[in-house]
Amino acid sequence: MTTFDTFDTVIRLVYLAVACCFVLGLHLMNSPVTARRGNLLSAGAMTVAIAATAVVLAGAETVRPGAWAALATGSLLGAAAGLLLARRVRMTAMPQLVSLFNAVGGGAAALIGVHDFAGRGASLPVVLDVLIGAVTFSGSLVAAGKLQGLLPGRPIIFPGSRLIATVLALAVAASSAALLAGRGGAPALAVLGVAALISGVTLVAPIGGADMPVVISLLNAFTGTAVAMAGFALGNGVLITAGALVGASGTILTKLMADAMNRPLRSILAGGFGTGDEAKPAG
Amino acid sequence: MSVQLLADLSVFVLSLLLGFEVIGRVPTTLHTPLMSAANAVHGIVLAGALAIALTAEGVLGYALVFVTAAFAAMNVVGGYVVTDRMLEMFRPRKGER
Repeated sequence: MTTFDTFDTVIRLVYLAVACCFVLGLHLMNSPVTARRGNLLSAGAMTVAIAATAVVLAGAETVRPGAWAALATGSLLGAAAGLLLARRVRMTAMPQLVSLFNAVGGGAAALIGVHDFAGRGASLPVVLDVLIGAVTFSGSLVAAGKLQGLLPGRPIIFPGSRLIATVLALAVAASSAALLAGRGGAPALAVLGVAALISGVTLVAPIGGADMPVVISLLNAFTGTAVAMAGFALGNGVLITAGALVGASGTILTKLMADAMNRPLRSILAGGFGTGDEAKPAG
Repeated sequence: MSVQLLADLSVFVLSLLLGFEVIGRVPTTLHTPLMSAANAVHGIVLAGALAIALTAEGVLGYALVFVTAAFAAMNVVGGYVVTDRMLEMFRPRKGER
């Protein structure tokens, strides 16, 4: 039985406390009175988790200067962009912004999978991480584009969409199988990534703009699951807990939102009919 | 199955069950803020971006760390700030009640 030294023990206990705060924070969102407190608790816990991880990084002494520079500039740029967008956006434009943040979250999870693949080769968590992360990245961008009016809000139906879906599913299955069998290498990962990115587009494009909030919630749950898979790949417990928490609560929330709109989730995802968008006269 | 994988799997499954239960009573008005709050929570992927910097080397590795960190930081900072802005609307104003 391996035991951790004091430093590792403290870090892992901090991660446990952080995970508890995420659960409590989400639970406090059940009531308008406590919701803001819940979000602040969650944000505080997030700050602690990032700080603790930074301490681990600083203590490791193996991190190359180039990696530090890339990490620092990337984080600062991303944080500044996120802060600016979140502050400036109009209240009515918030759902598409959430979708954009969800897209980059999924993208980050997929890239962690790519990094892990480059270092240690393929594993089931890596394959799932790249697959789900890439689907949610492109899917959330399409959802945000529809709400922002950059893409038409009406359902976009491709000719031969069934055939495209079949080809994509085959490409995903074949590349995943090759990766898990230890063959294929980088080209197989590229096929998986590209097929997943296209799947994200073909999944969301046929769904009408009025159903987008429900779809964004579903993609949010996807990202949570991708982050949990990244946690498996990295052996990081707090990523697994937080990711699974969002994956499950996001799924329930998706169901609640669909119920509140009186729209069965299945017909939303089938897309292309029965939406408010379609009822409008053409032209 | 390694001890680590079994422990990770247990945490994963129990966290899923917890996630299914934790928001059961949320009123309709809080659906969008809750979606945004959950979106911010998976910004924990930033800790993963930090973790991959541990072993990153070469220009490609650094580029990967840069993009991952930028994406994740945008998710986490923007997510919490925009959720807070949504929830500000629920704050009772002075004089009311």
